[in-house]
Amino acid sequence: MSAVATPPARPAAFLARRRRSYYYFIVPALVVTGAVIIFPWLYTIYMSAFEWTIGSTAHYVGFGNYEKLFANQRFHEAVLHTFYFTVLAVAAPLLLGTWAAMIFHREFPFRGVLRGIFIMPMMATPVAVALVWTMMFHPQQGVLNYLLSLVGLPPSLWVYSPTLVIPSLVLVEIWHWTPLVMLIVLGGLASLPTEPYESARLDGASEWQLFRYVTLPLVAPFIAVAAVIRTIDALKTFDTIYVITGGGPGTASETINLYLYLQAFAFYNIGTASAVVVVFFVIVLALAVLLLYVREKTKWM
Amino acid sequence: MDVSPALAKPLAMPWRPRLKRMLRKLGFWLSVLVIVSPAILVFLWMLSLSLKNEIDNVAYPPVFIPNPPTFANFLQVFEENSIGRYLKNSIIVSGGATLIALLIGIPAGFGIARLGARRLTVLILIARMTPALSFLIPLYAVFQFLRLNNTLTALVITHLVITVPIVVYVMAGYFETLPKELEEAALIDGASVWKTFIYVAMPLARPGIVVGTILAFIFSWNNFVFGAVLAGREARTLPVAVYNVLTFEQLAWGPLAAAAIIVTLPVLLLTIIIQKEIVVGLTHGGVKGG
Repeated sequence: MSAVATPPARPAAFLARRRRSYYYFIVPALVVTGAVIIFPWLYTIYMSAFEWTIGSTAHYVGFGNYEKLFANQRFHEAVLHTFYFTVLAVAAPLLLGTWAAMIFHREFPFRGVLRGIFIMPMMATPVAVALVWTMMFHPQQGVLNYLLSLVGLPPSLWVYSPTLVIPSLVLVEIWHWTPLVMLIVLGGLASLPTEPYESARLDGASEWQLFRYVTLPLVAPFIAVAAVIRTIDALKTFDTIYVITGGGPGTASETINLYLYLQAFAFYNIGTASAVVVVFFVIVLALAVLLLYVREKTKWM
Repeated sequence: MDVSPALAKPLAMPWRPRLKRMLRKLGFWLSVLVIVSPAILVFLWMLSLSLKNEIDNVAYPPVFIPNPPTFANFLQVFEENSIGRYLKNSIIVSGGATLIALLIGIPAGFGIARLGARRLTVLILIARMTPALSFLIPLYAVFQFLRLNNTLTALVITHLVITVPIVVYVMAGYFETLPKELEEAALIDGASVWKTFIYVAMPLARPGIVVGTILAFIFSWNNFVFGAVLAGREARTLPVAVYNVLTFEQLAWGPLAAAAIIVTLPVLLLTIIIQKEIVVGLTHGGVKGG
């Protein structure tokens, strides 16, 4: 077989030289990412130092937009609403999602079909779903109050009550995103080793003890990842709140995102809106880092 | 027959454990019911609303089963609210953004996987953390300048924010699972890196491409806020149209639910197709976009 056209003497070096061409594969994506993702970030930071309403000329105000923002009562409330919403919209899906994952981890008839149904809310168009929930929340003709009456509970005002609006919106969020938590935890459960279970069973551990002392600690990192993703998404929630309440009643469900939308595309205060984006992004980043740090530090429970 | 006491014992014993096992089974199926029923019930209620006439839709106590079912709501939505045009817009925007994302995202995923440059995907994570609205302020200003606001082109470009990260992320993950040996053999035989990509890696990655395509399409399709801000009456995508046109014109519940079904049905069908891949793929890192 000496006729074969001179094979490279050292394949390793040859392949290493080839390596460089792989960079060209990434270039188009980098260019597009730069244009539609990185440029907007830089532009936003830049614009946050200007006072600019669309249609007028911009002038430089330094940190003026931030100072105004931090002194703004309505923004403070928006931050509080966001945190309230986020805490509920993270905790509840985490609990329910972990429970659902424990269920779907078992073998049982129709598991595939039922799991398929279970993850459908996650993929459904948020606006469409929000419209249906709006109809379900209706105090007079809504189906939810009818269901309450069936079990003997008094009707609720749901999203029409300033005190109940955020928990009601969280209900939609739970419905929408518990499947994502379930999938992440399910992935974790599937990767668990079997030995700890065997030895724990030999030691006579009960089902609950198995869950509490074997499964939970092993699957905790996955729950932590789900917590980070859920936190980011909950902070970012826009579609459902915008469609169902528009931030109301009054400003009772106005989150940072809703406030941002109003500033940018109702009042066209681009400078202020940009400052909100920067503050918002810092909050998101800080929480994500904090959660990952806590996870690293404690290995959770 | 002094065997009987010995026999009676094992015969008499099992009823308690059996009862316990049955109770446990019952409890298990009860929890399955509790977990799964909200998911399906909301969709069924949506369907029920869309198939009932208006009198039944606002009746109290609610009418659950449409009797007789009517397609009047769907007809009304198509005839009076030109939902056909918005459907077309949505297909163009999500289709276009997905196609461009595939063109640049598949090679990028390949490059990232072969370079072992996983760190580049951090960029994607950060993009995912940024609220969609924040991309919109600068892009809105730029499109205003280019006179592209209220065009489908502007929407396609903006939707790249959603589709490109998803495709890159899915493809980088998929190419990493493919064995390198085949490619290396092709390279040593004298094929260029580009040819190796086209003829060796791409055909093997077909399942990954299918999943990436469908996920990118779904999350682009579902996006509301980009269209809400950048599109006027002409360029609206379906979710925006359903919200703006239909609710502002004070449409009744039936047509509204019908429109909601028209928006979300394509997505649900696609979800069923790749259900298994979503379970496997999303479990490792949550690709959810926008």
